[in-house]
Amino acid sequence: MQRYIARRLLLMIPTLLGVTFVVFIMVRAVPGDVIDQILGDFGAGDVATKAALRKEYSLDGNVVTQYVRWLGHLARFDLGKSIISDRTVASELKTRLPVTLELSFLAIIFSMVVAIPVGILSAIRQDSLADYVGRSFAISLLAVPGFWVGLMLITLAGRYFTWGVPPKNYINFTDNPIGNIRMLSVPAMILGAGLSGGVMRFTRSAMLEVLRQDYVRTAWSKGLRERVIITRHVMRNALIPVVTVVGLQLPILVGGTVIIETVYSIPGMGRYYVSSVNQLDYPVIQAINIIVALVVVFANLGVDLLYSVLDPRIRYS
Amino acid sequence: MSSTSEALVLEQFALRQQERWPVRWRRNLWRFITTKPLGAFGAAIVILFLLMAIAPQLFYTQNPNPSPNPILERLQGPSAAHWFGTDQFGRDVYSRIVYGARTSIIIGFLVVFVSAAIASVVGTVSGYFGGWLDMILQRVVDVGIALPGLIFIILVVTTLTNFPPAFIADPMHLSPSGKVVFRIAVALGFLVAFGSSRVIRGAAISAKQNMYVEAARVVGATDARIIAKHIFPNVFAVVLVSASIQIGGAILTESALSFLGYGVQPPTPSWGRMLNEAREQLTRHPHLAIFPGLAIFLAVYSFNMLGDALRDVLDPRLRGSR
Repeated sequence: MQRYIARRLLLMIPTLLGVTFVVFIMVRAVPGDVIDQILGDFGAGDVATKAALRKEYSLDGNVVTQYVRWLGHLARFDLGKSIISDRTVASELKTRLPVTLELSFLAIIFSMVVAIPVGILSAIRQDSLADYVGRSFAISLLAVPGFWVGLMLITLAGRYFTWGVPPKNYINFTDNPIGNIRMLSVPAMILGAGLSGGVMRFTRSAMLEVLRQDYVRTAWSKGLRERVIITRHVMRNALIPVVTVVGLQLPILVGGTVIIETVYSIPGMGRYYVSSVNQLDYPVIQAINIIVALVVVFANLGVDLLYSVLDPRIRYS
Repeated sequence: MSSTSEALVLEQFALRQQERWPVRWRRNLWRFITTKPLGAFGAAIVILFLLMAIAPQLFYTQNPNPSPNPILERLQGPSAAHWFGTDQFGRDVYSRIVYGARTSIIIGFLVVFVSAAIASVVGTVSGYFGGWLDMILQRVVDVGIALPGLIFIILVVTTLTNFPPAFIADPMHLSPSGKVVFRIAVALGFLVAFGSSRVIRGAAISAKQNMYVEAARVVGATDARIIAKHIFPNVFAVVLVSASIQIGGAILTESALSFLGYGVQPPTPSWGRMLNEAREQLTRHPHLAIFPGLAIFLAVYSFNMLGDALRDVLDPRLRGSR
């Protein structure tokens, strides 16, 4: 087991190098020069200042030198300085990352609470009315664009209800925990709804697969009660793959936070990313990219390890 | 011996195929409608959207991009003349939604085409040959899976402005908007391909274990022949089912991109873009946002419903409990 984990950790290195290098090259291929942008019209001709700025933000030399230098800094946990704000990327992300994490966490909880029960019900009553309603509901959640729901809710809430209206300013969790969660709960629900469709469908098909197994038929023949069969024999086996789907949806979740943070003006990492891409703030784009890639890679490992805990038949060597 | 039995099976299959196929087809269709009503409903809506994309002139009531814009009629609510009202330039929202179907459908199908093509080749080859080739290919797939999706697409759309190159774009007479559509579709297709190639690889590995594959090898079939005749048919159901679900996801992603302002450029109608443009008028003219959103929802919903039903029918593990 330890050897397996060690091997997986080693395999992460080429993956992360690949991801960061692809993004590193791509951001530099975007037309436009960030240095020209911050210098404005008046400083554009000033070659000396330009060179100095390039040096300050590690933009001198060719792409490979820049990349190696960036890796060197990264190894010392130095994410560099934002070209736009001139503050360190770490300090820019310190306030934004927790917001996105909280939002994602709430969304995952919400999606599982909705998805797993409906998925189970849908499977044990396959092709019944409950199944149709459950599945339509799941696919509706999957199909509805989150940003649209957000927009409609903000509009309608402003007109007809008192809740769901995003406050003018962001409420910090440390200042007012309840106000903070209340504010984030609507966007988290929208985000979670999008995830739950996938989880629900997957729960259903995993349950269906297990329900067809011989040992389940044996359990029925023994005259066990449905409740026992479903909870002890079917759910325990069916819910293992569901865990993976939740883990594998993290990349989708990241995309979702980008959009929902934009709609609800939440000062998280996703919205910061969009503005950084628009302003070509390379160090920020790279930093957010590696954070997301790390989350995805570790989530994949976590999912595989969790597998072996939940299903003792799976042994890694 | 195995080649004779293979020939026998193929012969029987061919016989069954030519025998009364219209009858069989009609019966299967009827069975699909009765056992999978939601899937049939999805299929009907999908066909409707396909018709809109192919022949919008059958549906629209007004020119979606009139010149000059009938600015005097702007921001009207739904009426008999303008079923879904008019936008900030006085253009008919219903007709623009009809034309927007083309953008969404083209992106949906192109994404799936690109992804299915790449994923089937990579997945089958990687799973079938195994060894160091599998090892290298899977590390590349790892990188692809770890790439943050929407973030990567935004980068591609903003960076690769010279893509598609002239030798692809010119013969297809792509407009600037068409190029953006092409770019989004290829980028998204690539991205989706990484994930589905993993699934196809799994299916290929399990297909490889079959005795008839070993038998085919014993009688001297080449790798290419085994892949084409024995592995790929096993993998195809997986490809087809994931494709129909991916179309929905692709339509949703395109609308999100257009909503964020990275999608097709005006005046080409796109549902996501219409929502983006509606943002400023939202509080006083909600109809501008309601209808394009419903269109996205309905399209994604019906593709997913169809995909779900196809999976139930085609996936042998889920087939026929009752």
